[in-house]
Amino acid sequence: MYKSTILVCGGTGCHSNKSDLIFDKFQEQIKKHGIEDDVLVVMTGCFGLCATGPVVIVYPEGAFYNGMTVDDVIEVVEEHLIKGRIVQRLLHEDAKSKKIIKALSDTEFYQKQTRVALRNCGVINPEDIDEYIGKDGYQALIKVLTEMKPEEVIEIVKASGLRGRGGGGFPTGLKWQFTYNAPGNDKVVCCNADEGDPGAFMDRSILEGDPHAVIEAMAIAAYAIDARKGYIYVRAEYPIAVSRLGIAIKQAKEYGLLGKNILNTGFDFDLEIRLGAGAFVCGEETALMASIEGRRGEPRPRPPFPATKGLFGKPTLLNNVETYANIPQIILNGPEWFGSMGTETSKGTKVFALGGKIVNTGLVEIPMGTPLREIVENIGGGIPNGKKFKAAQTGGPSGGCIPASLLDVPIDYENLAKIGSIVGSGGLIIMDEDNCMVDIAKFFLDFTKDESCGKCTPCRIGTKRLLEYLEKITKGNATMQDLDEMEALCYYIKDNSLCGLGQTAPNPVLSTLKYFRDEYIEHVQNKRCPAGVCKDLLHYVITDKCTGCTLCARKCPVNAITGTVKEKHVIDQDKCIKCGVCFDSCRFSAIEKQ
Amino acid sequence: MASINKHTKVPFNGTAEQAERLDKALEGFKKMPGGLMPALQKAQEIYGYLPIEVQTKVAEALNLSLEEVFGVSTFYSQFTLNPSGKYKIGVCLGTACYVKGAGDLVDKVKEVLKIEAGECTADGKFSLVETRCIGCCGLAPVITVNEDVYGKLTSNQIPGIIKKY
Repeated sequence: MYKSTILVCGGTGCHSNKSDLIFDKFQEQIKKHGIEDDVLVVMTGCFGLCATGPVVIVYPEGAFYNGMTVDDVIEVVEEHLIKGRIVQRLLHEDAKSKKIIKALSDTEFYQKQTRVALRNCGVINPEDIDEYIGKDGYQALIKVLTEMKPEEVIEIVKASGLRGRGGGGFPTGLKWQFTYNAPGNDKVVCCNADEGDPGAFMDRSILEGDPHAVIEAMAIAAYAIDARKGYIYVRAEYPIAVSRLGIAIKQAKEYGLLGKNILNTGFDFDLEIRLGAGAFVCGEETALMASIEGRRGEPRPRPPFPATKGLFGKPTLLNNVETYANIPQIILNGPEWFGSMGTETSKGTKVFALGGKIVNTGLVEIPMGTPLREIVENIGGGIPNGKKFKAAQTGGPSGGCIPASLLDVPIDYENLAKIGSIVGSGGLIIMDEDNCMVDIAKFFLDFTKDESCGKCTPCRIGTKRLLEYLEKITKGNATMQDLDEMEALCYYIKDNSLCGLGQTAPNPVLSTLKYFRDEYIEHVQNKRCPAGVCKDLLHYVITDKCTGCTLCARKCPVNAITGTVKEKHVIDQDKCIKCGVCFDSCRFSAIEKQ
Repeated sequence: MASINKHTKVPFNGTAEQAERLDKALEGFKKMPGGLMPALQKAQEIYGYLPIEVQTKVAEALNLSLEEVFGVSTFYSQFTLNPSGKYKIGVCLGTACYVKGAGDLVDKVKEVLKIEAGECTADGKFSLVETRCIGCCGLAPVITVNEDVYGKLTSNQIPGIIKKY
């Protein structure tokens, strides 16, 4: 029995901040002090509060150390582990109250969350199957294989009301039922781990922090629909997730939880990882299957749906990572338990990746129906630098922007659809007054234009034309007629595109037009970008705060700034190339963007 | 989509050792259903990019036409038909990074190295790619130089970072 346990976050955010070196340093120091029999160091998945990384928790005290460096390790070992004194200066400071908080579980960020899909992330060592088993892991699979008929499993998933967490929101149990009903005895189970929405990283964190939950769920699904073979399609951009999944699959095979004759029940299930190669459209189910088949990831019309004719022509069940992560819990705790969380039509919890202009960037899991305000103001800790909230963008390139006036809308599939956005895979980007909504729409269209696979014309040409309208607006060359034409084009693309990518691509434009039309009009009529983002409409102006230090004049690459020493300088707008060097270098905040 | 560099054509200079590794790897993909993607991923791991000579070899081994192979290699953005620099600079243009000023970072890298995205400097030292979200949004805006990650940047830190290499 160890006296202390140290959890070091090994999620991608902390890992990029060298948490692996912190892990090594802990082991080195513990050895140096001869306390290796008393202290266990574990590399876990993502804790969720990425903004304060790299993070470390020391049990039994539960001390939550933020912003750790390799050098801090020595202090934690000598002070905390040896002398039993918690290192106060490394503890978390609450963003709102400015209070020092000892335990992660005491932070407002955590207290308002309900963790189902993320329950093991940051808690167990994802590279050790015994730790997962210690948290009731594989109990659901054992229960299903030994006590339940496939039909009963499907009934439970249906009764739970679980809906697809990848963006579509289709009832999961129905999908299982359709695949079960499909004729043929050579069926396939697939996991969509091609998390492509910029800003979304919940699936990655689940795979990194709790890979066995997904493997267990896929085995349960395979039993329910009578499949023998499974594929997990993961983005190649997620190397840590891929490696941990590989380790987990190997361990599950060694324990007889995957492979032939699982747990002596006669049930066979084999699982394989396939890597994507950087194509957003492969998150669409038919494109994903084409990619696994070794072809260009282009979608095809449905029907036939994958449930009847999917991967290699076989009936295929395809669910997203987060959807699967809920399954073992639903089997163990029952559909009523799951249904007790969330709203009438959207049961359970949803994980959101909170990013952008918010204090606590990271992963949050909340019951469906939680108002956006709760996430932004309490869990997220508000907007940094005293700025004002302007909009929340959900659903990535397929979603829309939610303005401040709708902050109290409870988040679920229906409500977000009603206000012109979508839950999507769960990206939640917060924007403040410094963000230009036309520019954001342009950013997403630039993305979808690049990622359009080119198969159908409305999407291939439409997204390009739509982007051109947006560029015209941000350059100050558009007319009011362009705005109307652009809106009409949006509906045309939505109605005529082949797959979800094109059908949802205009959403960022439509939702910003709906809630921030004034901002578009300001660009068109007054050739002005109110947020000061659109370069072509921007003017740098020197205010009376100028002390005449001449720094900006010396830095300006085109000599557009003139003035004598100790007197206010002036920018020649005709010469200015709007590079922003003067703005960045001024030590007196005397330069303003207008 | 993988783009074809219009400015430079670097001659193919694969080694016998690389060819042998590829041959050995391709054996394993011949019978695998949908083996083309993993085969190309392996080939790119061996050569660093996918010159037409390598694609031809993959096509022959998997009994596919070169057109099919080329169709796949040009469809996915992670396959590259051009060699990359010794130091590969990636600027994340995910939403969180973009909102926090990643656009300025790209402009600065282009200005300092005098190359566009997808290109390699003439001395083969640096290449620049604009990447999709790499997932550490808490550090936004982020750039990567090979395995090194730099977060919470402003554009005036870019020249200093490049100088380190």
